[in-house]
Parts: sequence; structure tokens; C-alpha cells
Amino acid sequence: MNLYHEFRQRSVSNGIKKETLSIALAGQPNMGKSTIFNLLTGLNQHVGNWPGKTVEKKEGEFQHNDHTIHLIDLPGTYSLSANSPEEIIARNFILQEKPDLVVAVVSAANLERSLYLVSELIVLETPLMIVLNMIDVAEQEGFTVDAKTLQAAIGVPVIPMIASRASGVRGLLDYFDQFIEGKLEFFPRLPQISADHQYVKELIDQLIDGFVPDYYPKNWASMKLLEGDSEIYDILKSVLPLERWETIDDILKQHEDAGLAIASGRYEWIERNVRAAVNRPKLGQVGLTDRIDRFATHPIGGLILLAVILGLTFWLTFSIGTPIQEWMDSKILVPLGSLAQIWLIDAPAWVISLVVDGVIGGVGAVVTFLPIIIIFFAAFGFLEDIGYMARAAYVMDNFMHWMGLHGKSFLPLFLGFGCNVPAVMGTRVIESWPARILTILLAPFVPCSARMAVIAFIAPAFFGRNAFLISWGLILSSITILMIVGVILNKIFFKGERTAFIMELPLYHIPNLRSAMLLIWQRSLSFLKHAGTIILMMSIVVWALSVFPGGDLETSFLAQIGNFVAPVGEWMGLDWKLTVALITSFMAKENAIATLGVLYGRTAEFGLLETISMTYSPAVGMAFMVVTLMFIPCAATVAVIKQETGSWKWTIVNIVLMLVVSIGAASGVYAIASRLGL
Amino acid sequence: MQSLPIITLADLKSGESATISALKAGRNINARLSTLGFTPGVMIYMTHNYGHGPIVVTVRDTRIALGRGEAQTILVTREKE
Ligand SMILES: Nc1nc2c(ncn2[C@@H]2O[C@H](COP(=O)(O)OP(=O)(O)OP(=O)(O)O)[C@@H](O)[C@H]2O)c(=O)[nH]1
Ligand SMILES: [Mg+2]
Repeated sequence: MNLYHEFRQRSVSNGIKKETLSIALAGQPNMGKSTIFNLLTGLNQHVGNWPGKTVEKKEGEFQHNDHTIHLIDLPGTYSLSANSPEEIIARNFILQEKPDLVVAVVSAANLERSLYLVSELIVLETPLMIVLNMIDVAEQEGFTVDAKTLQAAIGVPVIPMIASRASGVRGLLDYFDQFIEGKLEFFPRLPQISADHQYVKELIDQLIDGFVPDYYPKNWASMKLLEGDSEIYDILKSVLPLERWETIDDILKQHEDAGLAIASGRYEWIERNVRAAVNRPKLGQVGLTDRIDRFATHPIGGLILLAVILGLTFWLTFSIGTPIQEWMDSKILVPLGSLAQIWLIDAPAWVISLVVDGVIGGVGAVVTFLPIIIIFFAAFGFLEDIGYMARAAYVMDNFMHWMGLHGKSFLPLFLGFGCNVPAVMGTRVIESWPARILTILLAPFVPCSARMAVIAFIAPAFFGRNAFLISWGLILSSITILMIVGVILNKIFFKGERTAFIMELPLYHIPNLRSAMLLIWQRSLSFLKHAGTIILMMSIVVWALSVFPGGDLETSFLAQIGNFVAPVGEWMGLDWKLTVALITSFMAKENAIATLGVLYGRTAEFGLLETISMTYSPAVGMAFMVVTLMFIPCAATVAVIKQETGSWKWTIVNIVLMLVVSIGAASGVYAIASRLGL
Repeated sequence: MQSLPIITLADLKSGESATISALKAGRNINARLSTLGFTPGVMIYMTHNYGHGPIVVTVRDTRIALGRGEAQTILVTREKE
């Protein structure tokens, strides 16, 4: 007797009467949800945060016939268990906000694995459709999946798509129509819990009856308890009478294996459903991915490849971005300053000074970094998109072990080259708490693009043709310092703990230009917003401090602050101007340049670069670059460190750590460089 | 059918296949592994095993990197030639 898989639940949608309906896109990571989301909503989308969380929330709207469709791009989740904030967000959205329809995106190339989430979604009340995406990738790997057969087996609509080529959108919209008009019949076949655990589940069902919060289906809550879900466990523990809870807890302890049995049951359900739908004519051929991986994941070859790719990324950024940046500085900013002086000829002197020195000198200098930042993010996005980043994490696993971490920590750290803020947030992929804290502490040691841009900007002033080599050397040294600090911290705080390394290596694929452009656009926009707000404010403040009280720089508040901390600056050979530039880099790293732009704005016939190179010796330049590379994290990074660690203690530890290391290193470098007569 | 010796996943060489017989990691790691498709009875293919460091296996058409420690908690029986 096998009741197990023959349980079908019939439901007919009644059609949607209201004008706006909400549809949620759910799916495992990398299935193409965002690609579909972008296809449907175009630029009409809003990117924000989920309440109280820093997980990105993407919403958008589009008109379809007489209806407004409100689309939500849920974060990618492997299952509906409470393993990560993403998973809690996705399931609470579906269970509590109750969208009218859930569209589950699965990949034909990873069919069984990606249907795992479907096996969890299908037992919920909300109507479900499946988008069978990436059929091109499956074909490339040597098999085909028949959507019709899969639809007949599972009992919900299955729509084939190749989202990156915008193929299949019509089919999806047709199904939306049918759904809205109430013409769709859902006839899902539901996965069932195996007989030997069925009675345990019924027992728990009875025990928790009447105590489960309204928004969680009772059936679902008992299943999650058996699976060992930590969130449901805590909720029920807090609402149930003690005695009853202890009974449940005992049952759960006796059936620790239930979680595995439930997962196996779901996979059995999946295997039955896909059996007829998948066709593998060319068994045993070695796909493109495995051929590339022979090299990319090789213990030695893989490292060489990684070093070459990193080198290329930086080379591209420096060799294309820096000339554009310099060109913008000398051919746009300097003339713009003179132009503003002519326009404002009748304005009071302080207005001219504010506009020319404060705004153009400060914000303008920062905006010229945009090309450098765009190029870096484009390169990083490209590597991520083709699927390479997971390989980088894999080959770095051995090195990360020295610090008690594993390969996954490499990903947020690498992201840190773009910006430390997403790096700190990106540590969420690390499952163990000590490993995560350690990665957060190390993240600010990764020179972000803003700091590298400062280096790229200053290095040519002192080292001319050798600027590239010097910058590269500085960046390598700060990574070496990161590793040394990591090894030491691991010994002191974390006693060499080890955590599990489990990570998917996605198939390689050709990236989608459209989503790449969209991503670059969004990143650039947020950078410009940053420049228009924090950096503008800071530039004005620096300007004000530099002219008040007397209108003379040498006696200004800024000079006073600079002189106050000058003794520390002296260890590194910095005068008060450089010291102030360093301090203002706390608000945003690019401010170091903006501040120098304001402070040296008065000699407007030269670009900033010439002025600096005439003022300081190379030894000072070197020390300034070293301390800038590792100085306390910028305000935005400090804010996310506090948020992600949830503790001021760790935040302060991090700041002090950076302060000590950066000043120490820069003083050492200055001492040595000036000995060498630089 | 003669019974085959039970070994751990880490003992497989690149290119060998096996069937998973049990997961012996703790409850949390078992849950993560089974979500990804590591369930008893499933066929697993060793994509890369260099004898030290992490390994790459293919299970249910998905390539997954595992630390050697994790691989040692997965018991398998080798496929017969
Ligand atoms: N070849 C191919 N590539 C696709 C297809 N659909 C999406 N992609 C690509 O797959 C990658 C991942 O797509 P996304 O839309 O970012 O995936 P996602 O589901 O939003 O991923 P997460 O947000 O990480 O959960 C992108 O590079 C897409 O261009 C497809 O049908 N065929
Ligand atoms: Mg996405």
C-alpha cells in the first residue's frame, strides 16, 4: 500500500476581481528570478530593504491588460527552513503577506535540486506556478526537460523559459491571464511524510493544536518542528505550557532522524515527478563546466588562474579608469572652477570660495572616481555572473584555513575590493558565528575601490611611471597584513575553530548584458547619491572649517584640529593638511582627496596632483598611502559592522584594531623610506 | 548480491561513483546536506579529489564543493564496475 504519492488536492482558482494583484517570485539562488523580474518590470522597480533587515527587497509594477501586477523578487533560498535571514524573509512573506500567486523559478539544468523548494511551496495554500528556466543550459549539458510532462506529473502549470534571451515571457503572461480569469485548475500532487513518521507528526499536531500563531498553518508548523527548524522551535517553546512543551521536546529528541527522512521523502516525490520529463540521450559526456574546472579548481592551476584574474581586474581598472579620471580632473574640473569664478564674478567672495573650493574641489574630485568604480564593479559582476567566484572560493579554502575560516569567507572579502559595506553584509553566507565575526573584523582590511582610487590618484604624483607597481605592492602588502591579523585573531579570540564548508559550484555561463548593465547603473547611481549627500556635506564642512574663524587657512579651525593631532601625524611624516585629509576619510574614503582638493584649491592653475607632488616627499606620500589603505573603516562600514555584529564591543574592537595597525604600519614605512632617502 | 564495504565520500577517487548510505554529521549539517540533495540512496560522482583539501562532487546534476571533514561524515558504497 502506498498512499504516499497519490494524494492530490484539487483547487480551482476563482479568478481575481481586484485591480492590483501581487505575485511573488521565489526560487533557489541563481535560478534567474531577478532576470525575469527585470524583464517584466523594466526600470519600473524599487530596491529597498526588508524591514529591520539588510536583505535587499526588490519590488516593481507593470500593467497587464486591465490589471496592475505588483511583483516581488524574493531572496534566493534553498528551502523554507530558518537557516538564514533570507529564508525567514521568503517564507514569512509567503505565509503572512499572502501574495495572490507564487511563481517558483526552477532551473532545467539543476532540476531535482531546484524542485526541492517547490516541494515545500506546493503544500502551502497560495496558488503556485513553476517557471522552468534555463532550458538552453540543460541542452548544453546534454539533456532535455519536457515542460508538459512535468506539468502533468506535478499538477501545477509549468512554463518553459530562457529568461536571459527573454524567451517564454508570452507563455508566462498567458498563464497570468488564465489565472486572473479563473480558468486555471490546480491539481497538485503533494509530497507526504513517510508512514513511520506520520504518527509522530499527528501526535505533535495534537499537542500544538490551538497554540500556533494564526499565520502559520498548523500542519506546516509541526513539519518544521520535526525538521529541527530553530525559529518555529523558539516560537512554540515560548507559547506552549511548560509540561506540554517538554513532552514535545522529548518526542523531537527521540526522532532526530525525522529531518533527514522528510528531506528524503521530498526528493522521492521529486524523482517520481521528473522521471518521465527528463531525457538524457548523451549520457556520460563531459560538459564544458567540468572541462574548465579541471583547471580552475586545480590546487595549483586554480591559484595561478585566480592570481591572473585578480591581476587583470586591477590592471583593467587602473589602465582604463585612471587616465579617464585624470582627464576629468584636469580637463573638466579645473576649467569648471575657472568658469564658475567668471559666472560668480559679482557674488560675495565667500560664495565663490564655497562653490569653487568646497563643492567643485570636493565633490567634483570624488565624482571623477566614478569610472574607476564602474570598471571594478563591472569586472566583479562579470566574474560572479559567469560563475567563476565560487571557484575562487574553492581554491582559496586552504589559505582561509590558516585563519580558521573556510573558502566561503573569501567571497565577501573579495567583494570588499569594491566596497566594504556589501563585504560586511556578504558575510551572511558564512554559517558559523565565530567565523562570521572574524571575517567581519578582517573585511575593512581589504582596500575598497575608493581607497584604491585614492592610491591610484596619489601614486603617480610621487612615483610617475612606477605608480602601478607601487600601488600593486601596497595592495598586496595590505592583503598580507590582513592574513597575519587573521591568523593572530584566530589564535587569540577563536582558538582555531573549524566550520563546515558546503558550497554549490554553479555551471559556467555567458552573462546577460542587460542585467549586467542594470547592475552597473544601480551601483553608479548609488555612488552618485553618496557623492551628492555625505560627501557634499563633508566637503562643505571641511571648507567651512578651513575658512573660519579668520578666513585664513593657517589659522582656521581645521589647522587647529590638525595641529592637535599632529604629534601622531608626525610619526608618519604627515603635516596637518594630510592628517586632516586622513581624518575626514572617516566619513567616506574618497574624502581624503576631496579634502586635499579643498585645502589646495587655492592654487587653481595646477591640477591637484601637481600641487601635491611639489609639496611632499615620496616618503611622506608612501606613508600617507599606507595609512589611508588601512585607516579606520568609513562611517558607512562602521554602521553595518554594528548592525551585523549587533554589538558595540566588536565594532570598537574593529576600529581600534585598524587604528593601531594602520598607524603602526605607516610609521614603520615612513621611517624606512626616509632612511632610504626617498 | 554481495555486500560492498562501506567507505566515506573522501575515499573516492576522481571519476568514481558511489551510492550514499548514510549521513553521520550532526543534525544541522545533515539538514543542509540533505536539502542540497545528499540523501541516502542517491548516486554521487566524485568530480575532483586531489587527496587533500576540499573536494568537488556531483549529485543530482549539481556540483558541490565540500570540506574534507564534511566528506568524511558521508558514508557511501562504491558502484560496482
Ligand atoms: N543561459 C541562461 N542564463 C540565464 C537564464 N536565466 C537567467 N540566466 C542568467 O543566470 C544568472 C543568474 O540570474 P539571476 O536572475 O541573477 O538569478 P536569481 O535567481 O535572481 O539569483 P539570486 O538573486 O542570487 O537568488 C544571470 O547571469 C542570468 O543572466 C537562462 O534562461 N539561460
Ligand atoms: Mg536575484
